[in-house]
Amino acid sequence: MGRPMFMNCNRAVIEAAILSGCRFFSGYPITPATEALEQASHRMAAMGGVFLQGESELSVINMLMGAASIGVRCMTATSGAGFALMQEALSHMAGIVELPCVILNVSRGGPGFGNLTPTQGDYRIATRGGGPGDYRCLVFGPSTVQEAVDTTKLAFALADKYRIPAIVLSDQMLAETSEAFDLGEPLAEAPVDKWWATTGCKGRTAVYLGRAQADLSPRAEYGGALLTPNLLGLEGGGESFESHMLRLVEKFRRIEAAEVRTETLYLDDADLVVVAFGTSARLIRPAIEEARARGLRVGLIRPITLWPFPSRLLAETATHVSEFLVVEMSLGQLVDDVRLAVLGQAPVRLFSTLGGVIPRPETVLPEIERLLSVVPSRA
Amino acid sequence: MEQVFRQPTSAALETTYEFCAGCGHGTSLRLVSEVIDELGLREETIGVLGVGCYSTNPVLFDFDCQFALHGRAPAMATAVKRLLPDRLVFTLQGDGDLTAIGTTEIVHAATRGERFTTIMLNNSGYGETGGQMAPTTVIGQRTPSTPRGRDVAMDGHPTRMTQMLALLDGATYVARVALNTPVNIARAKRAIRRAFEVQRTGQGFSMVEVLTACPSGWRLSTLEAMKWMEEVQMKTYPLGDLKVPA
Repeated sequence: MGRPMFMNCNRAVIEAAILSGCRFFSGYPITPATEALEQASHRMAAMGGVFLQGESELSVINMLMGAASIGVRCMTATSGAGFALMQEALSHMAGIVELPCVILNVSRGGPGFGNLTPTQGDYRIATRGGGPGDYRCLVFGPSTVQEAVDTTKLAFALADKYRIPAIVLSDQMLAETSEAFDLGEPLAEAPVDKWWATTGCKGRTAVYLGRAQADLSPRAEYGGALLTPNLLGLEGGGESFESHMLRLVEKFRRIEAAEVRTETLYLDDADLVVVAFGTSARLIRPAIEEARARGLRVGLIRPITLWPFPSRLLAETATHVSEFLVVEMSLGQLVDDVRLAVLGQAPVRLFSTLGGVIPRPETVLPEIERLLSVVPSRA
Repeated sequence: MEQVFRQPTSAALETTYEFCAGCGHGTSLRLVSEVIDELGLREETIGVLGVGCYSTNPVLFDFDCQFALHGRAPAMATAVKRLLPDRLVFTLQGDGDLTAIGTTEIVHAATRGERFTTIMLNNSGYGETGGQMAPTTVIGQRTPSTPRGRDVAMDGHPTRMTQMLALLDGATYVARVALNTPVNIARAKRAIRRAFEVQRTGQGFSMVEVLTACPSGWRLSTLEAMKWMEEVQMKTYPLGDLKVPA
């Protein structure tokens, strides 16, 4: 049994980070993520870590790159516009240097400067990436404070395991939700040898992190695959840029095979499956239960990892249900991934709320009833 | 027999030298390596290298280094030094990297008095991309993006970032040196050593601006480049200590 606590999601995530061994936080104040910065400002110091308030999100993410480069578990918290400013460095960390870090992105109203209302409009920038080139980051979409705590702990573990940035995608409503949670124990993890950490070359070969270095590749193995310090020019190094990218692709495939996390409800007999994540999934759950109480065959797929995405589960489900209904607090972002996974096997409808309007059981339930009234049951 | 010369162990000398003839970068890297050797800190050193010919060419240092995105080296170095305060941490950045895209990062690192050292190689242009105008390009200097010479009305004035940083309370030692003569090279080495010593004694932010020739970017011969550095570049960027520890 762990440690029962009560605080809002922003602060709870910092507690989970500290429990996970995070000892570096840099951030820039931005509503609605600022309480994470405030919490970290005193908690990092109390734990012997380092807290830094950067002069911009550009600086903040590069501070994280510095901390990650010496093997320290590190994180920041930001929102929409600030997250956008971090994309170049995030791409570099994910696709070139392969550095672990955790970013709490509290989605607010976009686009652009947006406003401070709850939306899920950062789904695309989080799951697709807003930086240059081909890369992936782990993305978690928790729906409660407890799950934000649990996924933050998991994010640190998997970021280290795969040498990849991890994003915890929150939103304004979840961020400001205060509720009880169990901080639990630190995750039991296989130790990760951060041999590549540039802490000074005493007793070993010097490492130039972020650039080509031929003779270090064979030492990089962990997790069953080769990972190397990298590269830019590569003409002088031991591997080509293509081979680096192919190895990266192989790593992403391994993550997709092993790390998908999903919650499902009533899939066994569902005719209509609702797909939603995070806050929207939490908000509409009473509508699902009410529909079931009325004898309607409705189920739920709630992705907890947004990347890797539960595409296989959706494809399998599509073979035995009549229709999907995607509920999201954005223009139609999650629905793209669902349609790609379903690949035309079943119709995929969208229930979208925008501009801080949230999906409510009383607005979603009629849509479920309407769809089920025109969809023949496969049962 | 007395050994009178030794190659610095902090430089990766087996690496192919790929700088242009007359380029000052090789000398700069050599001086940094020699000072680190003399201080006995090779294994305690972490270099954060910005974007430029000095970091794109094959690895030149034989100690731990990190590559920083354009202009962001001071942010990375801030985190590294805060987490590992006993290490020698320095950034190596060009004038384009530091005075244009990286202005914010260097100003705030100096403002906070971060206890690392910045070495800025100033060749008055974006050398790696072909010598285009940088904030440091002097008035009248012809570059591929100022083909008729830098025009104040059109392109503004040269940025003297080192003077600006010397005004900040967090900056402790700030100097400008040049690599055009043996005497000046010896002075440059002393300035780098002093900057590292200021860091080691925890006195605050230290910075050395090094005027280096870029004959290819300047479209001059090696000898003409040395002459231009002294007669033109140094008029805008006078040498000397701009701030010393109290």
